[in-house]
Amino acid sequence: MKLLYFAWIRERIGRGGETLEVPAEVATIADLLAWLKARGPEYGEAFARPDLVRAAINQTHVKADAPIAGAREIAFFPPVTGG
Amino acid sequence: MAVRVQAEDFDVGRETSALTAGRTDIGAIVTFTGTVRGEAKGRPLASMTLEHYPGMTEAELERVEAEAHARWPLDASLIIHRYGELKPGDNIVLVIAASRHRHAAFEAAAYLMDYLKSRAPFWKKETALDGTGHWVDARETDEAALARWEGFGTRDA
Repeated sequence: MKLLYFAWIRERIGRGGETLEVPAEVATIADLLAWLKARGPEYGEAFARPDLVRAAINQTHVKADAPIAGAREIAFFPPVTGG
Repeated sequence: MAVRVQAEDFDVGRETSALTAGRTDIGAIVTFTGTVRGEAKGRPLASMTLEHYPGMTEAELERVEAEAHARWPLDASLIIHRYGELKPGDNIVLVIAASRHRHAAFEAAAYLMDYLKSRAPFWKKETALDGTGHWVDARETDEAALARWEGFGTRDA
């Protein structure tokens, strides 16, 4: 599964994205966040405040309970600050 | 209807002329330009860098623009948003809404800005004069600004 990270989440993890084999029991965005957090301290730091983490599946905003089955691309980022 | 995400600057006059060239049905054109302020929380700024999510940014801007066209009788519209390193005073974003009458154009331009601020995947990082960087926090007031559009806007505006 292709994962992308933006802004301070990208900086804390130390890369803009990666392709990972995600176990089948990881069913939702919230599950994926918890699974990533356990991968190492840099992920723990990036996702320490889940309330400040937003997600997109296939370039569309989704909520934490969104199922990830069949997702081509999942992105994690802080609340947006454009305009 | 058009959306552009680019590093390059834009010229408001040139974009407005191009959007409405040859059109005699339009009676009202509202343009909004957002620019980089030279200070943040009382401290002078050296630069502001905008990061974005290529692909999703364009898709979100197009969704926001389509929604504005569904709510107001717009005859033409344009959204340009820049990314990369910008200096104080530089242009960041341009929204143009054109309609037969002013109310639809005013309202649609404000709606486009409110929605793109809360939906389009851009992130601002400010760099102070001493080189330290700071990611701008999202403002709750931006999210609250969306509430006023509930049930607002009609094709008869």
